[in-house]
Amino acid sequence: MALLNNKQKTVLFNPLSKNNPVIVQVLGICSALAVTAKLEPALVMGISVTAVLAFANVIISLLRNTIPTSIRIIVQLVVVAALVIIVDQVLKAYNYEVSKQLSVFIGLIITNCILMGRLEAFALGNKPWPSFLDGIGNGLGYMIILVIVATVRELLGSGTLLGFPIIPKSFYAAGYENNGLMILPPMALITVACIIWVHRSRNKELQEKNN
Amino acid sequence: MKKALKKYLDKVRPQFQPGGKLQKFRSVFDGFDTFLFTPNTTSRSGVHIHDSNDSKRTMIIVVLALLPALLFGMYNVGYQRYLSVGTTPEFFDSFLYGFLAVLPKIVVAYVVGLGIEFISAQIRGHEIQEGFLVSGMLIPMICPIETPIWMIAVATAFSVIFVKEVFGGTGMNIFNVALMTRAFLFFAYPQKMSGDSVFVASDSIFSLGAGQTVDAFSGATPLGQVATNVGSTLHLTGVTGSDLTLWDMFLGLIPGSIGETSTLFILLGGAVLLITGVASWRIMLSVFVGGLAMGYLAQAFPSATYAGSLLTPVEQVCLGGFAFAAVFMATDPVTAAHTNTGKYIYGFLVGALAILIRVYNSGYPEGAMLAVLLMNAFAPLIDYCVIETNVRRRMRRAKNRQ
Repeated sequence: MALLNNKQKTVLFNPLSKNNPVIVQVLGICSALAVTAKLEPALVMGISVTAVLAFANVIISLLRNTIPTSIRIIVQLVVVAALVIIVDQVLKAYNYEVSKQLSVFIGLIITNCILMGRLEAFALGNKPWPSFLDGIGNGLGYMIILVIVATVRELLGSGTLLGFPIIPKSFYAAGYENNGLMILPPMALITVACIIWVHRSRNKELQEKNN
Repeated sequence: MKKALKKYLDKVRPQFQPGGKLQKFRSVFDGFDTFLFTPNTTSRSGVHIHDSNDSKRTMIIVVLALLPALLFGMYNVGYQRYLSVGTTPEFFDSFLYGFLAVLPKIVVAYVVGLGIEFISAQIRGHEIQEGFLVSGMLIPMICPIETPIWMIAVATAFSVIFVKEVFGGTGMNIFNVALMTRAFLFFAYPQKMSGDSVFVASDSIFSLGAGQTVDAFSGATPLGQVATNVGSTLHLTGVTGSDLTLWDMFLGLIPGSIGETSTLFILLGGAVLLITGVASWRIMLSVFVGGLAMGYLAQAFPSATYAGSLLTPVEQVCLGGFAFAAVFMATDPVTAAHTNTGKYIYGFLVGALAILIRVYNSGYPEGAMLAVLLMNAFAPLIDYCVIETNVRRRMRRAKNRQ
């Protein structure tokens, strides 16, 4: 018996490329800009969002028949907030340095548009197992973009990856210098734009028709 | 010679037409062809200008207008170098040194920028547009002499792609391409774009300008000295500690970015632009008015905290990149305001903001670049307001008449 049937595969893998939350739906951009100056916080942020998204999706999916429609947003917020606080506490306990770097952005996962979007669009209408896969898929789709952006920015902006120097000393001796603009937020936006550019030119069906 | 060239172009033309062997390079061929000779075809509709002027010729005029400032800039680069090593600057040696120091930067800016323009024209099947003829000249002129060539190449590539091509090429950009190149350099490599060690050349070239810098040497630009000034008196000096007079600042024998030190030669270029009608006198005038007005305002409230307020308004206008921005940057017809009233507002705010930033923001000793870029962003809004006001006024008039 296959672990995943075709529909579930689509749910899990579609958000990685064709329906990526960041570069196709353009959600969660704010945190993608804020935490990607270095690779490590970007990784931690990606994992945190994936975890929160997967479990929030499962919980909301379990509750989906009992939540009155009129107050569903509040219920969703309570669930997400509770999960975010757990993630925040875990980070503070086990990785205090990164937690300090991420500062408010872990807390701001609550307001991340991807979460609300998935809860509203998927978890409220699907069973727990597909919802879990959907959460994992979207979380990973978000993380991939964060990691790509952070790799580019840390490599060009600081000459390091995960804090290890990558660009050899001889480059600096020959006059190479780190690009200070890469550390500043505008370059995150431009890097994301470049990824969208490449992605859309490789996937023709994503391009709008010119009317 | 001319006839032979024309004949040759006509001979190879069919290969570049659709279906020909080299049809991919059609826009390159077109570009060269129309650059050298008047095009054979004329437009069939919708053109109302009865003039031999086209955008290529306009660009050439701007390049010509830039030449005085550029040539003086080259001379000044050598002059400052010779002063800094304690030799009396000879005219010819200084110029040759400056020429050799500046030429690689111009070549690099043109090769990188035009290369990208050619490639993107091929990919999109457009004609090659000539906007970069001016940008490629402006970019080296607004950089310090010690900015490494590879940085200029990276910055030029960045701004041609992300400031110009993604918006649709020449004439479609929101921000001034040359200034964005400088802004990129300024924020990416601040230590090579500002400070005391980049505005005076530090190496000898082919044994020209050899020697050790003299003890009294300081490479700080006048505005750099203003930014680090302590106390309520201001004492500006040249590279070897001699006093600077207003004439020095106006003539431009002071350290600074290559092409922007000499107000005199910039104004000469400005005169060319105004006589030929290429640049808007409204913008040029109002930038200077705005700068002088803000200069007077700053001078009226002198303060030791903001040493820039100790400069006279005329000094404000002569120092730094102000004159260059007023004449060549703010008047860029693509990024400036288009309505006549809008041009006055736009220019005035560019001038006022440049001095405002320079005097009251200690992080930036010079504000002309940031002021122009900021106003580039606001130019469409200014135009919108001017047009809406006009529409509303005429509506009211029409209503009153009924």
